[in-house]
Amino acid sequence: MEIKHTALAGTLESSDVQITLSEGKGISIDLDSQVEKQFGKQIKKVVTDLLAKYEISDVKVHVVDKGALDCTIKARLIAAIQRATDTQNEQNWGVLE
Amino acid sequence: MERLRRTMMFVPGNNPAMIKDAGIYGADSIMFDLEDSVSLAEKDAARMLVFEALKNVDYGNSELVVRINGLDTDMGKADIYAMVKAGVEVIRLPKTETPDDVVETEKVIAEAEKFFGIENGRTHMMAAIESAEGVLNAPAIAKASDRLIGIALGAEDYVTNMKTHRYPDGAELSFARNMILHGARAAGIAAFDTVYSDVDNTEGFNHEVEIIHELGFDGKSVINPRQIPLVNAIYAPSEKEIRNAKAVLNAIEEAHKKGSGVISLHGKMVDKPVVARAERTMALAKASHLVDKEGNIYVE
Amino acid sequence: MLNKVNREIPDEILKDKNYKPFETTEIGNPETTYVAHNVKVSQGNDKLVDSIKDVIAKVGLKDGMTISFHHHFREGDFVFNMVMQEIIDEGFKDLTLAPSSLTNVMNDMVIKAIKAGTVTHITSSGMRGSLGDFISHGGLKDPVVLRSHGNRARSIENGDIKIDVAFLGVPNSDAVGNANAIKGDAVFGSMGYSLMDAKYADKVVLLTDTIMPYPNTPASVKQTQVDYVVKVSKVGDPEKIGSGATRFTKDPKELKIAKTVNQVITHSPYFKDGFSFQTGSGGAALAVSRYLRESMIDKNIKASFALGGITKPTVDLLEEGLVNKILDVQDFDKGAAASMANNENQQEIDSSWYADPYNKGAAVNQLDVCILSALEIDTKFNVNVMTGSDGVLRGAIGGHQDAANAKLTIISAPLVRGRIATVVPDVTTVVTPGDSIDVLVTEVGIAINPRRKDLIEALKDVPGVPVYTIEELQKRAEAIVGKPEKLQFTDRPVALIEYRDGSLIDTVYQVKD
Repeated sequence: MEIKHTALAGTLESSDVQITLSEGKGISIDLDSQVEKQFGKQIKKVVTDLLAKYEISDVKVHVVDKGALDCTIKARLIAAIQRATDTQNEQNWGVLE
Repeated sequence: MERLRRTMMFVPGNNPAMIKDAGIYGADSIMFDLEDSVSLAEKDAARMLVFEALKNVDYGNSELVVRINGLDTDMGKADIYAMVKAGVEVIRLPKTETPDDVVETEKVIAEAEKFFGIENGRTHMMAAIESAEGVLNAPAIAKASDRLIGIALGAEDYVTNMKTHRYPDGAELSFARNMILHGARAAGIAAFDTVYSDVDNTEGFNHEVEIIHELGFDGKSVINPRQIPLVNAIYAPSEKEIRNAKAVLNAIEEAHKKGSGVISLHGKMVDKPVVARAERTMALAKASHLVDKEGNIYVE
Repeated sequence: MLNKVNREIPDEILKDKNYKPFETTEIGNPETTYVAHNVKVSQGNDKLVDSIKDVIAKVGLKDGMTISFHHHFREGDFVFNMVMQEIIDEGFKDLTLAPSSLTNVMNDMVIKAIKAGTVTHITSSGMRGSLGDFISHGGLKDPVVLRSHGNRARSIENGDIKIDVAFLGVPNSDAVGNANAIKGDAVFGSMGYSLMDAKYADKVVLLTDTIMPYPNTPASVKQTQVDYVVKVSKVGDPEKIGSGATRFTKDPKELKIAKTVNQVITHSPYFKDGFSFQTGSGGAALAVSRYLRESMIDKNIKASFALGGITKPTVDLLEEGLVNKILDVQDFDKGAAASMANNENQQEIDSSWYADPYNKGAAVNQLDVCILSALEIDTKFNVNVMTGSDGVLRGAIGGHQDAANAKLTIISAPLVRGRIATVVPDVTTVVTPGDSIDVLVTEVGIAINPRRKDLIEALKDVPGVPVYTIEELQKRAEAIVGKPEKLQFTDRPVALIEYRDGSLIDTVYQVKD
């Protein structure tokens, strides 16, 4: 899938995460998190795994994490992907387990 | 036995902090809201958030309900598909006016179940009634689908529709409450009362819960976890009620032991409704922590 | 070597600093000798000094000395920064800073003093914010020594902390040094922690903005103890001394925890007429006071005393007759501070009386029920109130180790905070050993220390309070947040955590970033 334009999902409230996707070459993840030391790798893994499922290989990901759980990170990334690819109402059920 | 539904806690569908903690307050039902509490621009994000939460968060024994956007909006269908896939127990229709609204929604749910290869009928429904027309149609709405587990009054829109507003004595809701309750009981499903939005007004809230408890509602919609223990306290049976219920249940056991089909207590026959009430009383007593697992009353 | 809570304590620290590794929470009956302090005899007529600069000259401050302050003004403190600035300006070097604790408002000045070489050693109850960060990143060569309030009293008495000059801010004093903290603009109530400094420092300097006519009574600090009195423009900001108006939390999770804490108390064998308690501060603690009040009225039970840091709701219990006495080492809000002037049953106590393990019996030894918080608690019930989950210093021991001596010590903490688990396999830093913790209360249920078979029996059937093992709660927390990566530290110690008896319970290392 291709990122068509910059889009973001999520807020900066506690327990939430704001994820911004924009066009890029390859995958680059820029993470800003209060729990980076403890969960930085895990957060990046959640992001890359999901991008792989959507077959997105070129994207710049900016993650501002406020202590979100994995399920929240996934939900926000899915919303951001759908927004950045203009597919909000065409759910890709295959990627959701 | 029918499950207890004293409290249905509303949780805004786009708030990760509240969604994450919704399971710790002992609500009988938790209702994640994709409708009124979510702004139009965030509907898609909320849908995914609730989807992932239903998949991943442990909500213990609470019944899980999602209020979707109506099928008359762009989001309705996508909401249904996502929630059916997530395996939600109950889908709640907003602003139900006619039995057809229920039937239409049921069709989409059945479609979604088929699409995902889920057993037909697994997803239950409830309908919120929020208008004069809906109230007048309540008995028919309540019988519109076998999937329905209950109907609920949504008073905010209803009072606007009736050209009034909320009053402390609840007279403005008296007709609607009675219609909905009768509709629900005639169909053999649950009846839920509306929310009380002034969370700091404990007295006003208690007054309203006492009214609906007397009427016979299964329970109340709550918007703050702090309201849960208040409802539970009012729904807790008295010691006398528990003793009566225990006597009835003991009589049943005795009758079973004797192999007798006729149950009698203090020389009087115990009929079915009495048994049902006794069972409900004991369930309430257990849920209110008034008796232990064996049904013995806690001695303070 | 590994100490009794399984912490690796570097041998060179044990040797160089003459420490014993932590062994046990039992204090026993050792014999000890208290140190005396020097007295420069005065007739009391020339104590009043115009400026901090002059008083520093008069007390004969020298490089290498130990200076102390108290933290009773908390975030409203003006005295510390005024005095430290002057000391830095005059070029003093190699001082040991030994305050009762360090609050955020002091952070910048401490960092400045370290960078200037003015301060090279620190002992405190704790540190937070920018200073905690600075120290955790190796900002001070010599490790900071962290002590509980009771342990500080012990250390002052036996000379482990030898204070050369104590600079004590007070809301009022007369010209010869009779002072209290219940009158004036910047009242803070009990002078608890600072009374040790007044009693044991070689030189005692009071700083105040209000000079009272002689004799200024009631006197918490007495003229017999004071060398000089300095009049300054303002000692503190009254708005920031207390936590302001007391607000009960509306946070449903905190309320649920508080309610459960109360249920644990009321179902314990200690909840009977004449019991005693310490609740501490913070929203959840205040909520506990409220629930406890209802239960006490319900069951017609009165408490003999409330101990420790005091809040307005505790004072209300006193005034309602539900609590007979308050033993007050510090006041967390204005209401509690102000009431000290009117309530003869609100007794000011010093930190030795409060919590010192090495005297002839402290108040904590008489305590039935104590509620404490935790940044982390592990499956051995060890508690960390000092380092964050990132390993950085951001807390204070306070009276934690001391009050945990109560017959029923309850830790009240959420299972997780954001994405950080509170219940963990091993705490980052052991501050209070699990042996002194009895019950953990979280929003999902409680865990009881297996050592306390009596409590397991007493609490097994509390309505609506599920009992788990602490391992179950730890797994549950981990299921929510996931498994964190192990923190990375260098091998350089930045802080030493003493147990209340002066043994070494844990070491905090410099964080690796």
